[in-house]
Amino acid sequence: MKSAIVVFPGTNREQDMAEALEMASGRPPAMVWHRDSALPEADLIVVPGGFSYGDYLRAGAMAAHSPVLRSVAEAAQRGVAVLGVCNGFQILVEAGLLPGALLSNASLKFVCRDIGLSVANGGTMFAACYEAGQVLRMPVAHHDGNYFADTDTLDRLEDEDRIAFRYAPLDGEGADRFNPNGSVRDIAGIYNGSGNVLGMMPHPENAIRADQGSTDGRGLFAGLAAALG
Amino acid sequence: MRARVHVTLKPGVLDPQGKAIAHALEALGFDGVADVRQGKYIEIDLKDGPGSDGSAGGAEARVSEMCEKLLANTVIENYRVEIEA
Repeated sequence: MKSAIVVFPGTNREQDMAEALEMASGRPPAMVWHRDSALPEADLIVVPGGFSYGDYLRAGAMAAHSPVLRSVAEAAQRGVAVLGVCNGFQILVEAGLLPGALLSNASLKFVCRDIGLSVANGGTMFAACYEAGQVLRMPVAHHDGNYFADTDTLDRLEDEDRIAFRYAPLDGEGADRFNPNGSVRDIAGIYNGSGNVLGMMPHPENAIRADQGSTDGRGLFAGLAAALG
Repeated sequence: MRARVHVTLKPGVLDPQGKAIAHALEALGFDGVADVRQGKYIEIDLKDGPGSDGSAGGAEARVSEMCEKLLANTVIENYRVEIEA
């Protein structure tokens, strides 16, 4: 699997993502600077977390209109796999590659902790190593992760099996606490209509080593590496 | 020419900042605040020349396009454009 990571001013999780991709595929990803309008040939393009352009105007809004994102959109159109994590999810939503929007957390606080993540659809290349209903442990670290879409869009996402992950209680966690940001219908990640674009708020790249408290994120990258060669 | 752009959350979209402001006003003793919705206000000074036909209508159309493409996220926000000659 050849992969590329898109880097903006203010991106800060690109090295964590590179480590996870290299661990799964045995190859270091290409790092693509936001001014580059040409992407290297890749089976997977990742838009990682951080605070691109300082989250000015709205989280992800500036990056969504950068030249490199046009190339990402074109690649996604051709069927190339695209993964957006955290700020990357916000960017893909702002760019219109995924429906809905990410609002400020309902608590108005930056939330940085482990959450439970239930696999809603286990039948995709992103989730090939997981079972539907399995609850994974991964960290979230965001201020604007409160997924919102109108009721028609939400119903369509559910009908088309495009909810990737939902927040779910970890062992012993109360029903009032497991959703860290107020996301509607507990949505933590969604797919596009063709299933080749995934956006998610939690950080699988920060759950790949035992010293991080969880290795549940490995499966996502392993699934992609298996599917994309 | 100057454009004044108001960007506001659509009805039904949760506004936790507006709620926090409402609570703060209540705590300060301001009675009678039923609800607060917070938005953004943007001023844009427009240049004459290419892209402008000098008319207020043309400016409004241009700024509306800016709102659609960048200034507002129309999934969650409405916008209103005023042109000041």
